[in-house]
Amino acid sequence: MNPVYRKRLLVHRVGIALSVFAMSIGLIFLLWILTTLLIKGVDGLSLFLFTADTPAPGSDGGGLRNAILGSLMMVGLSTAVSTPIGILAGIYLAEYGEGNWFAQVTRFVTDIMLSAPSIVIGLFVYALYVAKVNHFSGYAGSIALSLIAVPVVVRTTDNMLRLVPNSLLEAAFALGAPRWKVATMVRLRAVKAGVITGVLLALARIAGETAPLLFTALNNQFFSANMNAPMANLPVVIYQFAMSPYDNWRELAWAGALIVTFTVLLLNILSRTVFSQKTPN
Amino acid sequence: MPIPIPTVSQKNKTIEISGLNFFYGKTQSLTNVSLDIHEKQVTAFIGPSGCGKSTLLRTLNRMYDLYPGQRAEGSIMYRGRNILDPGQDVNMLRAKVGMVFQKPTPFPMSVYDNIAFGVRLYEDLSKGEMDERVEWALKKAALWGEVKDKLTKSGLSLSGGQQQRLCNARGVAVKPDVLLLDEPTSALDPISTAKVEELISELKQDYTITIVTHNMQQAARCSDYTAYMYLGELVEFGETDQIFMNPARKETQDYITGRFG
Repeated sequence: MNPVYRKRLLVHRVGIALSVFAMSIGLIFLLWILTTLLIKGVDGLSLFLFTADTPAPGSDGGGLRNAILGSLMMVGLSTAVSTPIGILAGIYLAEYGEGNWFAQVTRFVTDIMLSAPSIVIGLFVYALYVAKVNHFSGYAGSIALSLIAVPVVVRTTDNMLRLVPNSLLEAAFALGAPRWKVATMVRLRAVKAGVITGVLLALARIAGETAPLLFTALNNQFFSANMNAPMANLPVVIYQFAMSPYDNWRELAWAGALIVTFTVLLLNILSRTVFSQKTPN
Repeated sequence: MPIPIPTVSQKNKTIEISGLNFFYGKTQSLTNVSLDIHEKQVTAFIGPSGCGKSTLLRTLNRMYDLYPGQRAEGSIMYRGRNILDPGQDVNMLRAKVGMVFQKPTPFPMSVYDNIAFGVRLYEDLSKGEMDERVEWALKKAALWGEVKDKLTKSGLSLSGGQQQRLCNARGVAVKPDVLLLDEPTSALDPISTAKVEELISELKQDYTITIVTHNMQQAARCSDYTAYMYLGELVEFGETDQIFMNPARKETQDYITGRFG
């Protein structure tokens, strides 16, 4: 066999072996976490999870109805707020981002926000909002979650829009279309699926955030849909119940963790399959 | 050096270019180009890659405006106005001076909306009138028969040749005054190319057409006037028959006979 080819084949095999090894390390831990969750959480799964509220200390049974509702409301509100803001900011960056001082600063701040520890964001909202109005609330929680979600949406929208080739934009401009129309009708549409993926990824990210809610929404033992009051939510309930001495609480924590993890997993799979598309040529 | 410009003043001039210089940043890519584009005639720009023929085409609808650092000097008179004037409304200009590109660029929307997009920008048509316009444009581009049953399908689902004809239809649908074609057949097979050339000769009845092409035979077949460009300068401009049969300059002859370089 040709020695150059043989050497290349060897390098190829070593490379493949190393990457399969690296991938399996990640995959093994993921599967480990998922199976542990399934085994420990499946006992707690019952209809009561969705019909009963978090139990008082020492009482039997109980569910997570209030926490599920609180999480849905806060994550829902944050997504509703951060999606339009994030997409519009992303369009702005992609359209006017070149050599524009304000856009450069926005992009820089977005990058910092992306990597900011979420507990810092919780403390920030605590200092600015909770401490001023003197009570924890679902709104404060939503603000904190929005601050985490917005940069994710901005970043993906900006990156996606940059993938749209100039030739497509020129074709639209050549028909005499004004800039805003090209940006929304042609450019944004061309990467619609990618932008939706960004929103879903942001949603998945905030669904599991605990730290920013500790200082903002806190928790609520009772069923409440009032967003101007402390609000129960899955991550904080999991955090508190997991460290408790009561067996039924710890069982609920496992069940809650199972719900959150598989919801996030489902969102990720959804965003990568249903909404995935090839980038435009 | 003086450029021989033939006297064909009996025809109406749609566009008069004079003393046009073009710069990409500090690099000058067009030098003192002057020529007239005649109404309801086909004018072809030929020349080797990088000679500035596409650049010249892109000044005619101010496409270069999209990119900071690119600028044009001189004058391009269109319907009595210098379109290089900063006060020129480029959107209105582009609605009148349409352009079709080298590569197919269907918009991410249905076949129907691809055509209607440009029309809706400047005309307020009823549903019925719009249907007629879409059908008219698709027939002009020789695409109607192939897509009449899939008008609601995405434009991206068509084949490459169909996409290119869709883009041609889109450019025609807005009924521009001048149509700029930037190598419209370079991505097409010979059959589709023949269809596009038929379209060009048909459109000539109503529109003024300017075409950039690498295909010498195409220029000879389709155009009434030909401009040969080299290194950003206009070497020779005249009636196509004269340029191909009896060019005034040796460089032109070398290029069209393939002895160039």
